[in-house]
Amino acid sequence: MIAGMWVRSTMAYRASFVMTTFGNFAATMLDFVGIMLMFSRVNALGGWSLPEVAFLYGLSGLAFGLADLVIGSMERLGRRVRDGTLDTLLVRPAPVLAQVAADQFALRRLGRVVQGALVLGWSLPRVDVDWTPLKLLLMPVMVVSGCGIFCAVFVAGAAFQFLAQDASEVQNAFTYGGTTLLQYPPTVFAKELVRGVTFVLPLAFVNWLPATYVLGRPYPLGLPGWVAFAPPLVAVGCCALAGLSWRAGLRSYRSTGS
Amino acid sequence: MGAGRLYVAVAAGGFRRYATYRAATAAGVFTNTVFGLILVYTYRALWDQRPHLGGWDQSQVVTYVWVGQAFLSTLAIGGGGVENELMERIRTGDVAIDLCRPADLQLWWLATDLGRAFFQLLGRGAVPFLFGALCFPVYLPTDAGTWIAFFVAVLLAMLVGFGIRYLVALSAFWLLDGTGVTQMAWLAGFFCSGMLLPLNVFPGTLGEVVRALPWSSLLQAPAQILLGHADPLGTYAFQGAWAVALLGAGRLVQSAATRRVVVQGG
Repeated sequence: MIAGMWVRSTMAYRASFVMTTFGNFAATMLDFVGIMLMFSRVNALGGWSLPEVAFLYGLSGLAFGLADLVIGSMERLGRRVRDGTLDTLLVRPAPVLAQVAADQFALRRLGRVVQGALVLGWSLPRVDVDWTPLKLLLMPVMVVSGCGIFCAVFVAGAAFQFLAQDASEVQNAFTYGGTTLLQYPPTVFAKELVRGVTFVLPLAFVNWLPATYVLGRPYPLGLPGWVAFAPPLVAVGCCALAGLSWRAGLRSYRSTGS
Repeated sequence: MGAGRLYVAVAAGGFRRYATYRAATAAGVFTNTVFGLILVYTYRALWDQRPHLGGWDQSQVVTYVWVGQAFLSTLAIGGGGVENELMERIRTGDVAIDLCRPADLQLWWLATDLGRAFFQLLGRGAVPFLFGALCFPVYLPTDAGTWIAFFVAVLLAMLVGFGIRYLVALSAFWLLDGTGVTQMAWLAGFFCSGMLLPLNVFPGTLGEVVRALPWSSLLQAPAQILLGHADPLGTYAFQGAWAVALLGAGRLVQSAATRRVVVQGG
């Protein structure tokens, strides 16, 4: 309902809505333009071809875009904690998490989702894949679990903002930084970094691990084959942990009193 | 108080104001470092495939990445300088108060922005740069002359950066809502300054065009001096010409705005 309210309020300025949605689309497209410019100079990056990188990019963009659409407003929490307007949400008879997520719900973030889907669609007929039912089934599973993992990162970041009210930019490093990282093949990065995003902050399960299975490439870090099917479990685990940290954060909240 | 001292005081105020956001600065340092790491690895993969692309070797590319991360907020390449505040003041009508001050509107905001830029260079730029220099093989000039030449280019870049953003802010006199313009400025800034990809890697005509645009004064020009790939005097002439053109245009637009546009009442 709150989300619907925000949609109606943005629709009051239709021209502005169209412009900002296009702007979001263009802003995310810029990343891909950068990748295409790189490929204007080389045939492969880290041993991966342009369609394969586009495949990774599309999956990461789609999963992140959906998470951003659902729950991206979380980054505004720091400001609400600082200026005390979070109190308004606490007294309403609805879950605070849902309210914060719907706060300033911006349909213009669809631009990012559309862009990710377009790049993925472009890559699909161009990647060299023997499609099996299992691989086809893995595609939607990847997008949904990836979205879940990114949602967990957003919620955990918001929980952190209860502690560090002014530090919402740290969250950007994990959300926007995470999706940027996943747009490139794992072979590009140092082993320690790949290990970090596999075992510590399991972003690798968004696209790297399942996509290596689909594309029939060797697994990073010599991981066993079944990890390609682990994303749903990882997503559920991450969401549970993020939920716990959110509750802990909310308990520790003391209003500014202003 | 002399006019010069007034603007120095304004700049010092800008510096101090941004220095109070300590947690935000620390968060920014962290984020710049993470993005720097990602870029270093992707660029190194690119240079692995094509050694000496654009005339640089691997260590020079790595230096470029960390210079870029240091400049992102210093020069507000993606926006986020004083122009947001000026736009808000234009929208609410508070700019009328600024116009009554016994100071020039453009110089006042330039001084504030320079103060902000110096703080961001020290507070947000230095740490990721040092991190990069310690963790990766980087190319750093050993003679003081190159460093001095580099810092002069950084100063000129600050002027050009402000020149662009001042024009963006003044558009609010006509548009009131600056969201669209800010977003376009962000896109152009990112693409044309070399934050997305070093401009010497851009292919063909596209490369020639982006290297001639004002945004190339922001990151590419100082970086080329630091990496020993550009003649300082030629670079200064290029940056200076754009600074004069943009600040001059800002002055023209400003006088047109204050003469004709009705300030919003509150």
